[in-house]
Amino acid sequence: MKLSLNYREIEGKSTGFWVLLGGLALIIALAGGATLFMEHEGHYVTGMNNQIVWGMPHVFAIFLIVAASGALNVASIGTVFGKPLYKPLGRLSGLLAVALLLGGLVVLVLDLGHPDRLIVAMTYYNFKSIFAWNIILYNGFIAITIVYLWMMMERKMNKYYKPAGYVAFVWRLILTTGTGSIFGFLVARQAYDAAIMAPMFVIMSFAYGLAVFILVLMAAYNWTNRPLGDAVLYRLKNLLGVFIAAVLYFVAVFNLTNLYATEHHGIERFILLDGGIFTKLFWIVQIGIGSLLPMAMIYHPTIGKSRPAIATAAALVIVGAFAQLYVILIGGQAYPLVLFPGYEVTSGFFDGQVNSYSPTIWEIALGVGGVALALLIVTIAVRVLRFLPETLEDAVVDPHAAGGK
Amino acid sequence: MSESSNLTDIARRNFLARAGAAAGAAAIAPGVFLSAPASAKPVGEAVTSKNRWGILVDTNKCASGCNDCVTACENENGWGRNDEPESNAQQKAHWIRTVDIKNKATGFTRTLPMMCQHCETPPCVDVCPTGASFRRADGIVLVDKHICIGCRYCMMACPYKARSFVHEDLHEQKPWAPRGKGTVESCTMCVQRVDNDKVPACVEACSAENHNALIFGDLYDENSEISKALKTHDNVEIRADLGLNTGVRYRGI
Repeated sequence: MKLSLNYREIEGKSTGFWVLLGGLALIIALAGGATLFMEHEGHYVTGMNNQIVWGMPHVFAIFLIVAASGALNVASIGTVFGKPLYKPLGRLSGLLAVALLLGGLVVLVLDLGHPDRLIVAMTYYNFKSIFAWNIILYNGFIAITIVYLWMMMERKMNKYYKPAGYVAFVWRLILTTGTGSIFGFLVARQAYDAAIMAPMFVIMSFAYGLAVFILVLMAAYNWTNRPLGDAVLYRLKNLLGVFIAAVLYFVAVFNLTNLYATEHHGIERFILLDGGIFTKLFWIVQIGIGSLLPMAMIYHPTIGKSRPAIATAAALVIVGAFAQLYVILIGGQAYPLVLFPGYEVTSGFFDGQVNSYSPTIWEIALGVGGVALALLIVTIAVRVLRFLPETLEDAVVDPHAAGGK
Repeated sequence: MSESSNLTDIARRNFLARAGAAAGAAAIAPGVFLSAPASAKPVGEAVTSKNRWGILVDTNKCASGCNDCVTACENENGWGRNDEPESNAQQKAHWIRTVDIKNKATGFTRTLPMMCQHCETPPCVDVCPTGASFRRADGIVLVDKHICIGCRYCMMACPYKARSFVHEDLHEQKPWAPRGKGTVESCTMCVQRVDNDKVPACVEACSAENHNALIFGDLYDENSEISKALKTHDNVEIRADLGLNTGVRYRGI
């Protein structure tokens, strides 16, 4: 007999809850201060320059935006693919998606040269620009996901939640295609200009979003003493393993294609062999610590069943994600533009040189502030609205699994 | 009562007649200006696609170590030197720079100026979300500083590293070349001079020193010096593989 599924707000009276809220608010306040400083002084106080024009804030922003669309997958698997086990997780999935996207967008906007001109960005559109499309895709995603959440949570609207889930699913795929295409459409740079960027970002979003979802789910249930059964957790971690493998596949195809074309040997050599920090980040952090290690942990017969190990694996995926985005974004810009193939190039403006970038504390603060904002939104939302089931024990989410024990 | 309303009617009729005449004159005026024989474009008239401005760089005449075109651009447009004291070398703006190239296989060397190539299909214009990055009908690629939000996507897209972002507050700018913290800028082909029938500052400086490595002119006018030179001599676009049909061409490389 399947137990009934009840959603309830978290109590939110413990010291821990207030410490969490206060801590996140403090981080956001510090990030706000750092942002005011950067905007007042100008970008000269950052590590960014006219060679590396996108820096640490973009690494954070793109991580959050990509993870946001991926976080919605859990809800999509329940709604679109009809898997009952994922249905109780749908509300948290939608909430996390909106929160992460808001966090990412705030970082992106506050790093603009003119954040005060946000209204210009909203009213002047060049429809050939994928950036302009993304402004619509991001805002639309937030609106659609909120409607989807409302239909999941409001009993009277329940009958409409399926179509809303389909729309949200298709929208999120288009959205991440748009994010990947920011790089895919850059014709001039050796590191980008590849159609595979779009699907690669989609698959990256699957892994990043699920890793964040697993961590938030485990933290929420652990800190509120609500039961979280193995059935849900094992299913999620196995799925994470598949997603990590899929990202590795795309990374392999991308680099192999580049390795085949002599034209791209320079950038490949730079990233894979002698790019210093970028080479280390790629092999050690992205591939080793961020992909192979968590995959081994997840699929290990005993370690894979340990909750701390599952949480660690999810955290490592996020560490790997940051390394991957750093290599793509900063590494791609650090490698010099090739204007004269076959020539050595020098100039007073750093032509032909590998460009250097050292992120400053201000940029990192802004990025961390975006993460804190996303988590603060989630923390407040689960306190005031019914996002989390009272229990996710096996008997509730998967009676068959429970019966089989 | 009725008399006063008649007077009002007459006054209104007179007003409308005058307004109509003024509107008509305004509508016809551009046509009148267009038929003027002088090539100088009167102030207030839109540029047209009848011209396409371009520069031909003859690298055979570019001496290594010569920086005259860069200095002239700095003076004309008010960038470089001490205009950005807070920014480090990598952060300072460069509208034009000289580049030294050396063939790895043969050792053949050249020096050349590199700036915005004023593409016919500029990647910077394609990617700009707000349309701040735009191409004038006469081929000059510019940034509208009023709607540039400072996202720097154009800098990511430009194949020539021709664009710079302003990293700090600026003072004492040239009135004809506005610059601003948080916006992107690049070579304007000296629109302020071109629109007044003068050549860009870099071209003028190069000729003044008798180097004559730069020819400016209308690519669509087959009798212009630049068109004749392009027709006579071999010349290339940089990154021709991208198919951007640049307004700046090079000889000798």
